Amino acid sequence: MNIADVIADKRIVICGGSGGVGKTTTSAAIAMGAAARGWKVAVVTIDPAKRLANSLGLQELGNEPALVDPELFPPAGIEMEGELWAMMLDPKRTFDDLIDRLAPNEKARDEVLANRIYQELSNAVAGSQEFTAMAKLYDLDRDHDFDLIVLDTPPSRNALDFLDAPDRLTQFFEGRALQVFLRPTGLAARVMGRGTGMVFGVLKRVTGIDLLQDLAVFFRSLSGMIDGFKERAQAVNKLLADPGTVFLLVTSPEREPIDEAIFFWRKLKAARMPFGGVVVNRVHHDLLGDAEVEDVSAELADDLGDKLAARVADNFRDYHVLARRDAQNIERLGKQLRDDRLLLIPYLDEDVHDVEGLVRLDRYLFATEEERQAMLDEVVA
Amino acid sequence: MRDILDKRVLFVMGKGGVGRSTVAAALGLAAARRGLRTVVVEVAGQHRLAGAFGSDDGEVLAERPIEERLYAISVDPEHAIAEYLSLQVRPRQMGELLASSRMFHYFAAAAPGLSELVTIGKIWELAQLERRTRGGSRYDLVVVDAPATGHGMAMIRTPRQFADIARIGPIAHQARTIDAFVSNRKKTGVVAVALPQEMPVNETLQLRDELATSGLRIDRVVANACYPERFTARDVQALRAAAADGHGPLARSAMRAAISEQARAREQRAQLRRLREGFGQKAAKLPFVFAPELDRTALKALSRELEEAL
Repeated sequence: MNIADVIADKRIVICGGSGGVGKTTTSAAIAMGAAARGWKVAVVTIDPAKRLANSLGLQELGNEPALVDPELFPPAGIEMEGELWAMMLDPKRTFDDLIDRLAPNEKARDEVLANRIYQELSNAVAGSQEFTAMAKLYDLDRDHDFDLIVLDTPPSRNALDFLDAPDRLTQFFEGRALQVFLRPTGLAARVMGRGTGMVFGVLKRVTGIDLLQDLAVFFRSLSGMIDGFKERAQAVNKLLADPGTVFLLVTSPEREPIDEAIFFWRKLKAARMPFGGVVVNRVHHDLLGDAEVEDVSAELADDLGDKLAARVADNFRDYHVLARRDAQNIERLGKQLRDDRLLLIPYLDEDVHDVEGLVRLDRYLFATEEERQAMLDEVVA
Repeated sequence: MRDILDKRVLFVMGKGGVGRSTVAAALGLAAARRGLRTVVVEVAGQHRLAGAFGSDDGEVLAERPIEERLYAISVDPEHAIAEYLSLQVRPRQMGELLASSRMFHYFAAAAPGLSELVTIGKIWELAQLERRTRGGSRYDLVVVDAPATGHGMAMIRTPRQFADIARIGPIAHQARTIDAFVSNRKKTGVVAVALPQEMPVNETLQLRDELATSGLRIDRVVANACYPERFTARDVQALRAAAADGHGPLARSAMRAAISEQARAREQRAQLRRLREGFGQKAAKLPFVFAPELDRTALKALSRELEEAL
């Protein structure tokens, strides 16, 4: 597997996986690699932490893509033939922009933006990130002329939220719920079943009348935009299933992230989303093979002295435990997925958090199988 | 260690993948060993703890014992909402009717933050000396394996936001009670978990600033998965010289692994320094565990190390 092949005929790459597996850096490295090869690329992160900004040496990423300074790359050993753009999603601003677009008039827009329920919804609530990411992806695809958009996603615990976001939002704004809140004893309530009025009464008692009234106002002020939301959700769904879109899973070789990757893959499959392969970061490769650790200390004792040779051997033994664990987990992953599109990145000497690091990662991502093997041999020998 | 064990609730927070669950379990074990009746709470669909203790038979929606004086529970928002309503609404049948009504589900979907609110509400309930749930017994300490940074912060902030939205009525009142409890530093503590690497340390410093806006402070920082310091800079010189001498591929691999290890340990020291500067205290170090899985025995060993380091 080779990233160049995965993205060859794609417009959108979505990177999913659990937290702490190097998803943001992998997204950035893919985007940088494509840009270096002459594409105009945007990388979008919706991670609440400013990791991507860190990776690219930027202080702040706005809610619109900004061109990453091409001068950053040659010192790190990479020539930028295309353009790398980066942005960090601001969910609140994206939501506000969406309301601005969909509102039938200024009055309706201001009413929604000023509503306290809306403010909380757009600001803090889990799920709004996922939804706004999809909305932004759609806008970027439609309004800009990027050859490729790479989207970094929140951890895969929210994978469902992420894939379902457009549908859920449609349901959320669906007319029926709205009608109930607006007229709890009206026709819609009767459609909802008998006892709704009573239930509403209890709900009022539990939540307090203010909250219900605010919800009613919220729904009323949104009512003119519901069709717009629905259309938008449908368009996003179409975009996700588009042949120009591909999902890449990113994981590390520990048990839990591998479980998450399998989980995510199943969800993708169930949702019929296009799957491009798995990038497994930080793999400890088996360097020992059939040999014994003791052979190492024996060979090195003369040169290094017994003590240092023994420590080198101890360290090597520990490394090998991790190599065996990684191999088992990766095998399980391959079996579960019945797919050999796994791209293994070795455990690099240093963590990737700067352009040099991205360049190192990039070399592995865009290498052919043979080249990667050659690099690996070089590293281990 | 004693000062943090005096709290009623400890939130274990940090970036994804840094080992929050491990630290939460280790803290729980240490507290239980010290005689505190302790419950470890997992949220957002996590059920790792029971698995680590070899009793993985699915969801742990009710508290259940995993060690002497140590209990585990996984809080599920839907379950917590139903429990809340059955406690809140009289007669009880009415609460059940409400919980099962479509109307209520619309409400739950529409009211922002409701599932975070009931989750933290359940945590609050577990920490009460007079438990509200029938048959609920009293805990000395509640350890929360909080969601990763952003979602963890959202959960802690929810009660205040909800109180502001609802303003009056029973939910607003309860949200205020929970908020007062969560922002009371005598009762609520935060243990931040980081790996000694650049990005996790950045996020830990950011978490410190974000918590401050909610009146909270990180009480302790745990640096997880610290590599052993096996090699000195002089060792590395010797290793480089030996590698240039021309050994077999196996010996060269082993030496290369040793050189990498030293580079990592050096970077790790730099990150531990950043943590110390950022918090004015040394982080409690937990060793990297060179094992395929963290089982009960390994967890117990870690909890002893943690107890000593804290």
